[in-house]
Amino acid sequence: MLTIKNLKAKVEDKDILKGLNIDVKPGEVHAIMGPNGAGKSTLGYVLAGRDGYEVTDGSAELHGENLLDMDAEERARKGLFLAFQYPVEIPGVSNMEFLKASVDAVREARGLEPYSSVEFIKLAREKSKAVNLPADFLKRGVNEGFSGGEKKRNELMQMMLLEPSLCILDETDSGLDIDALQVVAEGVNALRSPDRSFIVVTHYQRLLDYIVPDYVHVLADGKIVKSGGKELALELEKEGYRWIEGETV
Amino acid sequence: MRTELNIDKALAALADQPKPDWLVHWQQQGQQVLSQTAWPTRKTENWKYTSLKSLQGISWQAETPDAVADGIRFVDWQEISIDFVNGRLVNTPKLPDGVTLHRLSDCSEAEGLTFLQKVDSERAGFEFDALNQSLLTEGYWLKVAKDIQVAQPIHLNFISSGADVVTSTQVLVELESGARATIAETFSATAEARVLVNANTALYVGDNAQLTHYHLLLEEGEVRHIGRVTGSLSRFASLSSFHMAVGGILKRKDITIRHRGEGAELSLNGVYLPKGHEVIDYHTTLEHEVPNCTSSEIFRGIMADHGKAVFNGRIHIHKDAQKSVAEMNNRNLLLSDHAEIDTKPELEIYADDVRCAHGATIAQLDKSLLFYFQARGISKKEAEVMLSFGFINELLDALNDQPVQTLLRPLLATLFAQKQADLARHIL
Ligand SMILES: Nc1ncnc2c1ncn2[C@@H]1O[C@H](COP(=O)(O)OP(=O)(O)OP(=O)(O)O)[C@@H](O)[C@H]1O
Ligand SMILES: [Mg+2]
Repeated sequence: MLTIKNLKAKVEDKDILKGLNIDVKPGEVHAIMGPNGAGKSTLGYVLAGRDGYEVTDGSAELHGENLLDMDAEERARKGLFLAFQYPVEIPGVSNMEFLKASVDAVREARGLEPYSSVEFIKLAREKSKAVNLPADFLKRGVNEGFSGGEKKRNELMQMMLLEPSLCILDETDSGLDIDALQVVAEGVNALRSPDRSFIVVTHYQRLLDYIVPDYVHVLADGKIVKSGGKELALELEKEGYRWIEGETV
Repeated sequence: MRTELNIDKALAALADQPKPDWLVHWQQQGQQVLSQTAWPTRKTENWKYTSLKSLQGISWQAETPDAVADGIRFVDWQEISIDFVNGRLVNTPKLPDGVTLHRLSDCSEAEGLTFLQKVDSERAGFEFDALNQSLLTEGYWLKVAKDIQVAQPIHLNFISSGADVVTSTQVLVELESGARATIAETFSATAEARVLVNANTALYVGDNAQLTHYHLLLEEGEVRHIGRVTGSLSRFASLSSFHMAVGGILKRKDITIRHRGEGAELSLNGVYLPKGHEVIDYHTTLEHEVPNCTSSEIFRGIMADHGKAVFNGRIHIHKDAQKSVAEMNNRNLLLSDHAEIDTKPELEIYADDVRCAHGATIAQLDKSLLFYFQARGISKKEAEVMLSFGFINELLDALNDQPVQTLLRPLLATLFAQKQADLARHIL
C-alpha cells in the first residue's frame, strides 16, 4: 500500500524528517506516537503534497506509484486522505458544495459517474448522522465556527464520503469528548477493510483501545525510533518518551 | 475637456435634432462647462489612479442604430423589462397602476425643467456630468405614486452597440411617500460594440418609501462606462442599492447618497471583478446631512490577471447630523501578482455624537485554504474559483436578499468560472 524509504524533508531550510521508513500493507493500522514537534504532522503534509515541504531524499510510494511526483489533488484522487490536525475554516463555501466538489473529483478520477444532487444530499445527510453532526452543518461554511470536536467529526465525514484507500488521521482524537471519541473510533472501524489502511497519529493510548493497531511506531526527531505491537503504546503511556530516547542514545 | 475628448460628431448630430428650447439651453450650458473643465489627469485628485487615455484618439459619434439587442434577461424573476438601445426606449411595456414612465422629450417645459432641476441639485463636481448634460437628448422619469407598493420588479435593460458611439442617459427614479419598489438597472453591450456609456441615475426616495435598487455594469469588450448614481433619502426612507461591475476597458461610477430626512436608512453594497486589463473605479460618498440616519456600506473586489480596481469610500457626517450611524467596509482579494487595488476610506465627521467605522483590507488567496481543497481532490483552478466565489458569496449571504441570491449568484458563478462549465459546476 504505502512504502516510505529513508524519507528526508525540510521546511523553510529546517530539516524535519531525517530518514524515515515505514511499510504499510493493505488492511493494516499503524499508530504513530511521539513527542510534540517530532515531525508527525510534517509526515502527513509531505505525503499529502503540501507546498513548502521539500523532500530532500528518499521515496514514498502508494500502490507502487511514486507519490512525491504528484500534485496534492492527484494524491487525493489516488486514494490518499489526510484528516488534518487543524482543519481550516472556509467562509463563503458551504460544506455541501465543498463535499460535492471533492467527491465528484475523486469519483471522476476513479471513472465513476458524479452523484446527482439529490443522491448526494441523501448520502451526505447519512454520513453526517453517522458522525453525529446535525444536518444543518452541511449548509454552513466549511468548518466555519465549528468547535474543535465538530471540525474533527467533519474530517471524518469527508473520509467516509471519499472512501480512500490510505487514511492518515492526524490527532483526530484530540479535543474530542468521550462520546465523540467512540464515534470516531466506530467510524474508522466501520471503514476497516482488507484493502484499506490507516496511519493513526495520536498522543493517547486510549484511542488505541478502540482502534486496535497492528503496529505502533514512535517518531522522534524526524525518525522512527521504535516500532512494536499494540503493547508498545501501553509501555509508552507508563514510561513516557524519555524511556525510548534513553534507549536509543 | 473638449480638446481631449473628441465629441464633435456627436455634437453636430445634436444640432440636427428637433427639440424644445429648454433642452437646447440645458445642453449648451453643459457644453460650456465641458469646455471650461480641465481634462482629468493623474494629478486630479478624483482621478489619481484611473487613466482616461482609453477615451482619447476616438472620434465619438451619436448613432442610433436599428439593431435591437437582447441584453440581460433574468430567468424566473417575473420582472417588467424595459429595454433601451443606445439610450433609446425600444419597447413600451404595460406598467402597474401607480407607476409611470415619462420621456424627457415628451415633457412639458415645466415638467422638463423640474426633471433637470432634480437631477442638477444632486450633482457635485463630477467631471462627466458636463458630458452628460452636453449630449443629453433623452431622459427617463420613472415615478411610483404615493403609497403604491409595486410587487413586480422593474428592470431597466440598457444595451449598447455600434462603433465609436457615445451615449449619455439620465434616469430619474422617484418614489413618492410610502411607495415601495424594486428597480434593477443592467448595462450590457453587443459583442462588437465600441462605446462610451455615460449613464447617470438619480434616485429620490420619499418619506417612508422603500427602494431596492440594482445597478449592474455587465458590459464586456471595448466598453468604457463612466457615470454616476445619486440618491436622496427623505424622512424614514429606506434604500438598498447593490452595485456590480465586470468587464469592459474602463468602468467608473461615482455614487453619492444623501440623507436628507431624519430616520433614513441606507444599505449600499457592491462587487467589482476586473480581470485581463480591465479597470474598475468606484467612488462612493455618503452624506449624512441630518440627524438619526443609518448607513451600511460593503464593497468587495477581486482583481485577477492585470486587472485593476480603485475604491474610494467617503463618509461625510455634517455638523448637525447627531446620532448618525455609518459603517463602511471594503475587502479586496488579489489573484495575481500583476493585479492592483487602490483603496481609500475617508471619514469626515463634524458632529460629535455619532457611531462611525470604516475598514479596508487587501489579501491574497490563502495557500493553506487552497491546500485543503487539493487535499480533497479538488484541482487548484477549481479551488481558486470556489474560494473567490466564496469571498463574494459571503457578501451576498449577508445581504439576505432573495433576488441577489437567485439572480446574481448564477450570473456571478458563470463569471467566476470565466465561462468554463466544469469550474462553475459546484458554485451554480
Ligand atoms: N512552516 C514551518 N516553518 C518552520 N518550522 C516548521 C514549520 N512547520 C513545521 N515546523 C517545525 O517542524 C517541527 C515538526 O512539526 P510537526 O508539526 O510535524 O510536529 P508534530 O510531531 O506533529 O507535533 P505535535 O505533536 O505538536 O502535533 C516542529 O519543530 C515545527 O516547529
Ligand atoms: Mg502534529
